[in-house]
Order: sequence, then C-alpha cells, then structure tokens
Amino acid sequence: MGKIEWAMWANEQALASGLILLTGGIVGVAGQFRGWEFAAYSVAAGVFVCLLEYPRGKRAKGTSVERTGQYCFTVCVKAFGPLTRNYYVRAFLHAAICVPGGFMLATVLGCVCLGIASLIYLAAAIRGEHWEPILPRKEVRKPVAESIKNPPQNPPPRPPPEMRRKQAKDLESAAYDNPISVTADE
Amino acid sequence: MEGGVPAGGSYKASGLRMSTHRKPRSSLHHGELSVWMGLNIFLFVWFYFVYEQGETFYYTRHLLGSALAWARAPAAVLNFNCMLILLPVCRNLLSLLRGSFVRCSRTMRKQLDKNLTFHKLVAYMIALMTAVHMIAHLLNVEWLNNSRQGVYDNLSTALSNLEDDTDDSDHRTTYLNPIRKNDIDPQQIPTYFVFTSIAGLTGVIITLALILIITSSMEVIRRNYFEVFWYTHHLFIIFFAGLVIHGIGYIVRRQNKESYKEHNPLFCQNRTEDWGKIPECPIPQFEGGPAQTWWYVIGPMVIYLCERLLRFIRYMQNVQYRKIVMRPSKVLELQLVKKGFKMDVGQYVFLNCPAISQLEWHPFTMTSAPEEDFFSVHIRSAGDWTDKLIDIMQKLPEGSQGPKMGVDGPFGTASEDVFDYEVSMLVGAGIGVTPFASILKSIWYKFKDNDPNLKTRKIYFYWLCRETHAFEWFADLLKAQEKEMEERGMGDFLTYKLFLTGWDQSHVNYVMVNVDRETDVVTGLKQKTHYGRPNWDKEFEQVRKENPTSVVGMFLCGPEALGKVLEKKCGKYSDVDPRKTKFYFNKENF
Repeated sequence: MGKIEWAMWANEQALASGLILLTGGIVGVAGQFRGWEFAAYSVAAGVFVCLLEYPRGKRAKGTSVERTGQYCFTVCVKAFGPLTRNYYVRAFLHAAICVPGGFMLATVLGCVCLGIASLIYLAAAIRGEHWEPILPRKEVRKPVAESIKNPPQNPPPRPPPEMRRKQAKDLESAAYDNPISVTADE
Repeated sequence: MEGGVPAGGSYKASGLRMSTHRKPRSSLHHGELSVWMGLNIFLFVWFYFVYEQGETFYYTRHLLGSALAWARAPAAVLNFNCMLILLPVCRNLLSLLRGSFVRCSRTMRKQLDKNLTFHKLVAYMIALMTAVHMIAHLLNVEWLNNSRQGVYDNLSTALSNLEDDTDDSDHRTTYLNPIRKNDIDPQQIPTYFVFTSIAGLTGVIITLALILIITSSMEVIRRNYFEVFWYTHHLFIIFFAGLVIHGIGYIVRRQNKESYKEHNPLFCQNRTEDWGKIPECPIPQFEGGPAQTWWYVIGPMVIYLCERLLRFIRYMQNVQYRKIVMRPSKVLELQLVKKGFKMDVGQYVFLNCPAISQLEWHPFTMTSAPEEDFFSVHIRSAGDWTDKLIDIMQKLPEGSQGPKMGVDGPFGTASEDVFDYEVSMLVGAGIGVTPFASILKSIWYKFKDNDPNLKTRKIYFYWLCRETHAFEWFADLLKAQEKEMEERGMGDFLTYKLFLTGWDQSHVNYVMVNVDRETDVVTGLKQKTHYGRPNWDKEFEQVRKENPTSVVGMFLCGPEALGKVLEKKCGKYSDVDPRKTKFYFNKENF
C-alpha cells in the first residue's frame, strides 16, 4: 500500500462530489424546495469544486494522464501557487465548502461525498504529497556548436604532387591500388 | 491494451505490459447488447406505466405527480441490473457454462469471454438509474413534506392527514403519506425522514458505497493503485446488503384492493369533507408494497459466494513446480503440475504468489500444449509483481521447489478452430505470439501422433515484432521444432517468417557483414529474417500458389488494424470457384 498516491483518488472523489453537489443544487433550485438558498449555494460550490479539481495533478511516479482539455484549467489552478499546491489547504477548503450542503436533503449526498474527499486529501497531505501541474514539456533544441559557424578556410596540408604520385619502382608502399597495372612512362 | 479485472481475483494493471498476458479486451457482440438494452427499456417503460396509470396509485399520484413513476421505473431497471452485475465476474461459473456449451455454437462461447466489458456497462447503467431514482425521490420527499405541511390543495392535505389505523388484524399501516412528522423545522423534515426510515438510510448508504466504488474504479486508480481499487470495490457487500433491505419499509403506498372497491377515487376526490360520512366514500385505506429486490439478487449473490469459495479451494490446491528456467532477456519459464488440470490451446491461467502479494492474481497465457503432462507459462519482467517473482526464482537453490503458487483457471476461448483447416496461416504480432507457442506445439504433437482431429497439413506462421528481445525463448521453440521436422523429413510442414519491424542501421550493418551465414543472424533459424512489415499481397499469392485447391484458415493474435487488413486480403484472394483456394479470416481474440 506504500506506493499509493491518495491525492489521485481524492481528486476523483472530489470531482464526483462537485458534480453531485451541482446536481443536488439544481434539483433544489428547479424544484423550488424549502431551503432553496442552500441549493443555490450548492450549485456555485459544485461548479467551483469541479473547476478546481478538473485538472489532474502530476503523479510523483509514473506517467500522468491528463483529462481532456485540462490545460487551461491547469494554468488557472497553478496561478494560485501554494494555495492550490498544498493539500492541507484543499482538505480544509473542501471540509468548509461541504458544510452548508448538509442543511438540505437534496445536497446532503454531495456534502458527505465532499467530506470524504476532504478526508482523503488530508491523508495525502499528511503523507507529504502536493499538487504538481501537468505541463507540456518544452522541446529544448541543442544549441548549435560554435565550430559549425567557422569552417576552415584552407585545404589540409599535403605533400607536393611528385611525392604523391605512385613510384613505378616501389609499388608496394603506395597509398592506393590501380585497376590497370602501372607502367612507367617510356 | 486493456487489462481484464475479474472481481474476486486481483489484477494489477501494470501487468498489462507483460508480454505473456492475454489480450482480453473484446468488444461485445451487438446481438447481446441489443437484448440487454431492449430489456432495460422494456422494464423502464412497463413499470413507468404501471405507476403512472395504475388506478390504485391515483391518490399517490395526486401527492407526487409523475415523480412516482420516475422513481419506480429506474428501480425496476436497477433490480434487473443489480442481478446481472455479479454474474460476469464469476469466471469459474462462466468456464463451467462454456464447458457445457462445447457442442454449441462457437459464437455463444465467445460471448462469455467479454465479461468485464459487460460488467462495466451494467455498472454504468446502475449509476445512471441510481441518479434518476434519487432525483425523483428527492422530489417525492419534498412534495410529501409539503403535503403534510398543508401547502397544497384540500385533497392533498386530507390525504396526508389520514391517520394510521392499525387495529385491523394484520397490523399493516393504512396511511398514505409516509411523512408523519411535522413538529420540527419543515426544512429539515425531509432530511429527518430520510435518515430515520430504512429506505432512506439504506438508500444514502448504498449510494455512497456506489460512488466510492465508482471513483476508485476510474482507470487512473485501477491501473496504478490497485489495492485502493480492490479494497474499495468490496463495498459491494454493503451495497447488496443495503439493497436487499432497502424496500422493506412499505413506503411506496397504494390504495388497497378492498378500499378501492368501496372508495372510487375519481368520485370521491372532491368530497374530502364527506369521507367516512357517506356510503360511497369510506375512509380510503392504503398499503405499502413489499420489498422485491431480494428476489432478483439472491440468486446471483449465492452464485458469487460459490465462485469465491471455488477460487479459494483452487487456491489451496497443491501446485508443484516441474521446472524453473531463466530464459534470455529476463524471461522466466515455469513448468507447473496440478492435479486434475486440463487445458486447451490458447487458454490462460491466473497466478497468485502469497509471498509477493496476497491479493494479486495475474493472468498469463499458457505456452505449453494440452498434450504435455504439465502446463507452462513464460513470464517477462514488466512490473513489480513479475520483477519480484523473477528475483525470488533467481535466488532459489538448484532443484528446489518455488514459493507457494495459487493457480486459477484455465480460462479463455479454446482456439480449436486452428486444427480444422487443411492449411493455416497464423499471424502473431508482438506480444500476440505467445498463444501460438501453445498452438504450434499442439499441432506438432497431433501431427506426430496422426491425430484424426488434426486436419492441418501445412502451416504458414508469420511472426511480426519490433524486436526479438524477450522472445528468444520463442525462437528457441521454433528452432527445436525445425530440427525435429527435418529429422523426420517433414520440413515442409511448417513455414515461418519473422518480420522485424523495428530495424535500424546497426541491424543492417550486422546483416551485411554476416550475409553468408547459413542460419539467420537474429534468430539462429534456418529461415531468414525479413525486415519491415510483410507484403501481404505477396504472402497471399505464395500461399495460393502452393495450395491451389485448399481451404485456408487465417488466425491473428495482434492489433485490430492488422486484423482489418488481413480480413480484406482474405476476401480479395478467395476464389468464388469452390475448387480453388479460399481464405477464411477467424476473428478470434486469443
């Protein structure tokens, strides 16, 4: 059990809770239930929780899978810096948000679910986890080496042509082979 | 590649990367899906109209409107689906059914393998119906509360005020509105009612259990933090326990039959002051419906219990190690013996090693043939469990027994069609080559023994992979078979071609230097390795040329895209003339 990142599950649970709060709130408002003000609050709270929890954090170990289209949410959530990075903050935030949902039947389930998510986040925070954004890796082009820019100006030094030509007397020590046998110019 | 996760055995999905795993993801047959969906729709519509138009519910509908029907219709669908959900994960039961369907059509047997996809589909339906059911009941409770508070018309108030008259002999309650309380803050009455009635309390608890099960079954959690998924999934026990007692409170109420005979709602509804005073309208009496869910789910619950018991028994059965071999590239071969174990080609088993993890069961395709007196699996290092297993085996002293191993199975469709064709083209891509180890061995045994069931006279085997790393054991197998066939003068029986699709320049250089060698530089086999993907047209032409009058069966274990290509080619190269070559593509998913 040691390798579990509780935050991953807390995130799923919190996202689900946000949706349930939202649904309960919509039912309460649309049905004009008693205490519909709490339902209206739940709609707003549900939306907020969904927006906060939609961008999945980066896993400490292994590949992270993004949710569809989460990049812009990642950027927004990242902008809050330590408030969203720290899971203690999230745990207490969710605990606080869920309380008003308990005052009305339609939102009670959302309240309890969010409370559970808050507890799981607390566990994650105690284990030292924190939220990292999943950002696309920037391709770093290797800088072009300096030597490319300054090609040599002169050809390499060579011995004079007389020395380079094959000597008829000394075929063995030559640097190359001829397809046709060499005969000295008569 | 999706991992199969039967409940009751655990399957750490990081094991997906294991080469010898099954490829269990198969799509559901459209026929079965339509039947299931049709039944769902039928149940919904039928029960909707029972409650929307039933005469005995007339007064109930006055208080609740259509929300009554909208709550009861999903309840019926929920009953049906909660009955179904336990069944696809009873893998031993399914195996048993499959065995008894041996004479039946192959398609029916294959359906039994698509268990997990179906389990998930049923789970989604349960989640959806729970949502509808819950929302409808939220409305119901709110309106019942309002009626009790006297907010609505006279009839509603009168109906809600009906007292509980329990001095008839069977002590059944006779009121209509189940909300009896009205002396606390009206806003809190619904919550109070839900949490003090059995239906409400169990409803909240089991919905909570369902939500936790679903969030922990999300792919991210299931694949990477298996224990969370597995432990949380056991909340299904609470789910079913709560579900069974959810309806025992007689909360959904209707006018009872005797009362309906004496008191006609249509006549009496506007005469509430006269109820009990005129003969046509005695005070109406109501009753609740009994709990019905347990009828639906008790069977599957018992079956599932038997399944778990059976798995436990199998787990306790003794498994002996016949041989433990470390193959090249960190592949472990285990040859195991278990009393009474019978397998077919292409099947798989689940292995559990308590020394590594109590919970985890991992599926492995078997690489031995049924003709052998043992069964073997080749395990590649591809995750925590396999790494630990290989580690343990490597540290074992020579010749000793390995750690206790539980074996469940065998499971999976038997790929027996392979033996029915005169000429077989077998295509194994990447990981998909593993079941072919079993098949090729079995074919060879049958051929040697002149088994009458074997109609195959010629096999073409195409092995496609990016690299042969971790498949050297398979190359060894082919080499051994090659040698045996040559010794018996049956060199023509098997023609195999290896296609290395992941070659690079270093390969090319190496091959160029070694082009004169008799055996292939990559595999050591007599037949040379091809580089790049096969030219299927050429291959089909060759098969057609060499077998001008045969029926050729094509079997694939590999990616779907390749399957589509091969299916098209089979169609293209089959001749309408029955005397000429015909290709049949078998959609088996090994």
